Amino acid sequence: MTDLLTLAGVHTHVGRYHILHGVDFSVPEGQTTMLLGRNGAGKTSTLRTIMGLWQASAGQISLDGQRIEASATPDIARLGVGYVPESMAVFSDLTVKENLILAARDGPLDDARLEWIFGFFPALKRFWLSRAGALSGGQKQMLSIARAIVEPRKLLLIDEPTKGLAPAIVVALIECFAEIKRRGATILLVEQNFHAAQAIGDTVLVMDNGRIVHRGEMAALAGDVALQEKLLGLSLETHQ
Amino acid sequence: MILSGDPPRSRVLSILLVVIIAALAVTPLLFPGAKAMNVATKICIFAALVASYDLLLGYTGTVSFAHTMFYGIGSYSIAIALYSMGPNWAAVAVGVAAGLPLAMLLALAIGLFSLRVEAIFFAMITLAVASAFLVLASQLSWLTGGEDGRSFQLPELLRPGTILIPKDWFGFAVNGRVLTYYLIFIACAAMILALLRVVNSPFGRVLQAIRDNRFRAEALGFRTVFHLTYANCLAALVAASAGMLNALWLRYAGPDTSLSFAIMLDILLMVVIGGMGTIYGAIVGAVIFILAQNYLQALMGAASNAAADAGLPLLPGLLHPDRWLLWLGLLFIASVYFFPTGVVGRLRNPSRKPA
Repeated sequence: MTDLLTLAGVHTHVGRYHILHGVDFSVPEGQTTMLLGRNGAGKTSTLRTIMGLWQASAGQISLDGQRIEASATPDIARLGVGYVPESMAVFSDLTVKENLILAARDGPLDDARLEWIFGFFPALKRFWLSRAGALSGGQKQMLSIARAIVEPRKLLLIDEPTKGLAPAIVVALIECFAEIKRRGATILLVEQNFHAAQAIGDTVLVMDNGRIVHRGEMAALAGDVALQEKLLGLSLETHQ
Repeated sequence: MILSGDPPRSRVLSILLVVIIAALAVTPLLFPGAKAMNVATKICIFAALVASYDLLLGYTGTVSFAHTMFYGIGSYSIAIALYSMGPNWAAVAVGVAAGLPLAMLLALAIGLFSLRVEAIFFAMITLAVASAFLVLASQLSWLTGGEDGRSFQLPELLRPGTILIPKDWFGFAVNGRVLTYYLIFIACAAMILALLRVVNSPFGRVLQAIRDNRFRAEALGFRTVFHLTYANCLAALVAASAGMLNALWLRYAGPDTSLSFAIMLDILLMVVIGGMGTIYGAIVGAVIFILAQNYLQALMGAASNAAADAGLPLLPGLLHPDRWLLWLGLLFIASVYFFPTGVVGRLRNPSRKPA
């Protein structure tokens, strides 16, 4: 299996703070890779660095064989990277429809794909012409994810999609990610909810202090309580 | 269609706009006096100027203090061309052909060099450039007439003495002055409709996304600097055109009428009073502000006399015409308090209570 995204020795500084200390990992094509770790470990910073929102101060980032660490964010997005930031990032003053038209960038919305999205998130169809700012937290998160998948993307970077959401919505999201993966998408997903991560992930990366401290199969980590406690300070049993 | 799918969305606002537009359309026929004509013209010109500023402030969240500079470039280009080439249409064409590209190039330069930086620095840079331009206009007296500005004559067709339709035909006279008014009225209406089209286009949607969150818009693949620069250039072109119309009406361009920071302050107040991010707010804001500026003093004089005649204590002094600026200030404070989203914002969402 080829790697779609590769990070080699990536360092990131934000102001005078050294956030990432030589991050190395690969994301295999067609798989869902989970990026786990405690708060402040550098997960969001890693996604922001890949997206070019923060410039890597050293190291290499390759997407499909093309170096992107010095590219501007819009150029990285146009290479086929969809980004779902944390905190339900919708454009509040625009309608649901306008948010999705904006994400489709150059072309009209694909009706078949839209119906596919409405299959997971029927609320988006119901509030099609409502202002995104008026949606509930879960609906905003759905819209944020829909925006990233409204067109086929090579790679999806998704940051803590289940944060603060009701269990029923989390289940819908897990189902959505599974379906996106079945369609062949490659996903790099940051998640604090270990139960959700276990349900979605193929491979797992664990970060601590701006470095990758563990990489392996998700199933192996899910079955090893001692390793979970060592890496994450919790086990699947205690987290449930 | 003509409103680009963005109707006023409020019955009261629709009626208000129809009344304003109808009143402006018939002003020269019903109130041919100089003051009424001057006020109506100023409303037309400022409605377009404020709408162009709304494209920046209301739709992209960019605070620029260089808007009067573009307005001044328009005014001076017409004034200098007509002053030096004489009162003919070729001079008007040269003024337009020189003024619009100059305004656009300056907006392009300011945009590309400074829209990358944070909003506060952009505001400071525009303030510095506008100040430099004001000083330049005052110092280059051989070209601009310095502090005195440039007075010029209009082409014959637009002069007050040119009678196009004598009074005995329909009961009202149409002279060159009335023709100039309608030229300004139609040009301003066309500019406002064009801006309405811009903000309701896919480009306008990107601008609103940038206003909401610039980084998110970039993460979707939009080169925000280019979008902001393009908006800056469009706003500058409309502002310069408004400046040209103002110079044609006044037959004069000088620092006080086209470049001063007092005008910039007026634009800001009008856009806030009318409602940011609506375009329609520019029309409502311009009407309220300019009517208050021109008629509040007279109204207060009448109220003061009435209070004095009634023998009321304190009121005659408080309503004395000399205190008109105090009342204008109170009017602004009240309007911002009761209409935090502007008059248009409030009329569109009447349920929203003031903060």
